[in-house]
Amino acid sequence: MAGQKMHSAKKRRFINNTIVHAVLAVLAVVWVFPIVWVILTSFRAEKGSYVSTFLPQSYTLDNYIKLFTDTSILNFPQMFMNTLFIAICSCILSTFYVLAASYCLSRLRFKLRKPYMNMAMILGLFPAFMSMIAVYFILKALGLTEGNLIKLALIMVYSGGAALSFQIAKGFFDTIPLAVDEAALIDGCTRWQIFTKITLPLSKPIVVYTVLTSFMGPWLDFIFAKVICRANSDQYTIAIGLWRMLEKEYIDSWYTCFAAGAVLISIPIAALFLYMQRYYVDGLSGAVKG
Amino acid sequence: MGILKKKVNEFPTPYTCRNAVRDGGMETKLSMVLMGFGNIAHGQIIKGLIFLAAEVAYIAFMIAVGVSCLVMLPSLGTVEQEEVWNESLQIYEYTAGDQSILILLYGVATLLITFLTACTWVCSLRSAYKAECLSKERKHVNTFVEDLRTLLDENLHRLLMTPPMVFIGAFTILPLIFMICMAFTNYSKIDSHLVLFDWVGLDNFKELFDSSSILGSTFWSVLGWTLVWAFFATFSNYIFGMIISLMINRKETRAKGFWRFCFVLSCAVPMFVSLLIMRTMLQPEGAINVLLRNLGLIASDASLPFFTDPTWARVTVIVINVWVGVPYTLLQLTGVLQNIPAELYEAAKVDGANAVQIFFKITLPYMLYVTTPYLISTFTGNVNNFNVIYLLSGGDPVVDMGATAGKTDLLVTWLYKLTVDKQYYNIGAVIGILTFVILAVGALFTYRRSKSYKEEGGF
Repeated sequence: MAGQKMHSAKKRRFINNTIVHAVLAVLAVVWVFPIVWVILTSFRAEKGSYVSTFLPQSYTLDNYIKLFTDTSILNFPQMFMNTLFIAICSCILSTFYVLAASYCLSRLRFKLRKPYMNMAMILGLFPAFMSMIAVYFILKALGLTEGNLIKLALIMVYSGGAALSFQIAKGFFDTIPLAVDEAALIDGCTRWQIFTKITLPLSKPIVVYTVLTSFMGPWLDFIFAKVICRANSDQYTIAIGLWRMLEKEYIDSWYTCFAAGAVLISIPIAALFLYMQRYYVDGLSGAVKG
Repeated sequence: MGILKKKVNEFPTPYTCRNAVRDGGMETKLSMVLMGFGNIAHGQIIKGLIFLAAEVAYIAFMIAVGVSCLVMLPSLGTVEQEEVWNESLQIYEYTAGDQSILILLYGVATLLITFLTACTWVCSLRSAYKAECLSKERKHVNTFVEDLRTLLDENLHRLLMTPPMVFIGAFTILPLIFMICMAFTNYSKIDSHLVLFDWVGLDNFKELFDSSSILGSTFWSVLGWTLVWAFFATFSNYIFGMIISLMINRKETRAKGFWRFCFVLSCAVPMFVSLLIMRTMLQPEGAINVLLRNLGLIASDASLPFFTDPTWARVTVIVINVWVGVPYTLLQLTGVLQNIPAELYEAAKVDGANAVQIFFKITLPYMLYVTTPYLISTFTGNVNNFNVIYLLSGGDPVVDMGATAGKTDLLVTWLYKLTVDKQYYNIGAVIGILTFVILAVGALFTYRRSKSYKEEGGF
């Protein structure tokens, strides 16, 4: 009797396991399928956006070559350099802002601390695109919407609000024991020295995380860049370029190149993302660190 | 309760403005008019000169441009641009008219600068009073170099917070005030008020709330869909992500890392890329329809109306949002799920609970308890979820030709269309304000009612 019961329990567990694995397999296919399709499309030899077969008939590298050599209409290499430049500059600025603001809010006690945090929460509830037009007018009044100054404008826009998203870094600094700071104070450190010589070296993961997220911002944003660049096609970033390839007049000749471009910018982003995934999880789940 | 609590001053200091005015000496009182005078009198020459320079700069600015900006602000400009026939050159010339938008922008900026100067004035008064008190008590008055040195130590927050605050002020707060002002004007393409416009008070709000006008009826339907969307988008992701996460984290599941990698891969692809891909795949002649035709599931000339039928489009965007959002949810929830105390599960098993009971009685309540703040911020994010809707459906299908919004438009995408495409700036600003009000009320209400607020760490 007992043996039979054991047997049926085992059988049930086996069935359960099979079902779970089958469901996971189906879901994984659903999630991976569009990515595989893009990679296949980027090597597709037939032109045009819509084809009657699902899998490409023949494969080629021409799409990638065209992307880098055909610069008459959509200058992909230039867009790439624009984005890289903007990303590096705004990354330096916003990393400094985020880390400085987080350190102050976490470690120092000053009068405007609470009001600042409340203000950040309230500002976060406004739709970001609401002030976009106003930002454009301000940049225009400053004369930053012409020629190469657009890059400067984009850098300022991307790093401008950075100090408002201090929560993750502040959460990390909060977990560093206060006793460390106190010991350093007794030894005669200034607070600046504590920040640069103790807190920052102890928080390498969050520094890496902040650097990477702010570096990725300009590659992914497309709305602000579109509103600020307008018709200045020599200042376009990658995101606008890819978006334009799907517009009606370009889609037929550029569709497979779009897929190629998408693959090309996904590779570095994916690499960075997979690298910082654990910081992402740690930062958000509030795990205790020391 | 928190709001009713009496405010306690955490930073008591004897050097307040009121004390300075009441007990300050002659030189302190003089620095109310001539900023920095008190500091100079007590040997802090450079500091005093800086205060003085700030005052001079402000007065110069006000005389040069500030006053005229402020004077124009109530009327927002009246001079129209005109064509004048130039006899000698035989051409029409244009006289420079007033541009209301610039008047408004400069006016708001001037107000902000005035506010900052007022803060500086308070600072200088306090600093003068402090210098006076210290020298009266025969204590050491800081020199300029010593003052600079404190910036690296006890005043480090001033050094570190000033640059971010300047940027936030210029690129977040100033534009926001500017936009909020726009909501009370008639700055819009309607009746061509794009160059000169006036204050109209609450008229725009009235028009939007009036459900008999076209804008009003569009507003209510868009608002309804926004809330439905935010609800489904938040909870479908949450529940689905939790179920997948539970399936991967089961003790008996093999190759956990591989499964997790499959899901996380899609969130490593930039979101706008994957959304654009999804959009092209779901077109009438796109990959999905081709695949279904090849498999013989639909007729060879038929296609499923993913973005052309309102109901299909709404379901499609929610489903695609699951595809986009679940990997993120998975990443965030995995850690929390692993933190659920194992004793709870063991106790439940001993008591004979089955998997469904365990999920609804232990996992879900625990998760809701821990992740309420996360849920609120996701809900807020979804109300403002511009990318998914704009890149995926663009708000289509537009059923009613008179309306400015399609069937899948959210308040934010509608705002974008109204401001960028239609140039109805005032209505766009009103929508932005209303979105904020809805979100603020909702967030405050749920947050204050939530368990994690009432009893911190009590599970």
